Amino acid sequence: MIEFLKQGLILSGAIFMFLASLGLLRLPDLLTRMHATTKAATLGATLIMLAVALHFTQVAFVARAFGVIIFIMMTAPVAAHVIGRAGYFVGSKLWSGTVKDELRPNYDPLTHELKSGLDTEANARCKPKPGEGDTH
Amino acid sequence: MTSVILLSLVLMTLALCLVFARLFIGPSLPDRVVALELFSSMIVGIIGVVAIATDVPSLLDVAIVMALMAFMAAIGFARFLERGGPRDD
Repeated sequence: MIEFLKQGLILSGAIFMFLASLGLLRLPDLLTRMHATTKAATLGATLIMLAVALHFTQVAFVARAFGVIIFIMMTAPVAAHVIGRAGYFVGSKLWSGTVKDELRPNYDPLTHELKSGLDTEANARCKPKPGEGDTH
Repeated sequence: MTSVILLSLVLMTLALCLVFARLFIGPSLPDRVVALELFSSMIVGIIGVVAIATDVPSLLDVAIVMALMAFMAAIGFARFLERGGPRDD
């Protein structure tokens, strides 16, 4: 029973990791790529570490496996947030089919100043066209 | 059990090849940083599978260190990008 559970966990973890890499290769821009990799890879590593926790019966090793799970679950969103923020600041291009970029009307890339959404409600209502808003 | 482990290792190796392709062609530095991040979390998974296959529990420490290093590397790269160091994309 535990053997079957273990096999299922290992296999599904590997499949999730494969899907993450497929998403990283196929999706069009930085943010969609991060959307694919962060969640799927975290889930894959979590499932495999659950299988490890089922495999080793000593408390110390189970605790270590759960430590890895908790650490990955805590750090993966932080790392993704930091990289996405840096990517936006650096000015990586969004996909041409992006519907809405809510940061663009409110954010000044030169001074790193972020206005409130209420100040620029009129801006936020009209859809930003590509190329518009780059005043510098 | 052996065949499942073999199959999952093959799948994850294929995934590593795909990530390496993105690391190679990735048009900008942030894409490459994301690829490295995925690389390391995939290696954590591979270490877990190898720990099950070989019955060596001390490999879990290696997985912990790997996850920690990946986080530090991501934070460092992001700081580097925001400070605007020299890049050639």
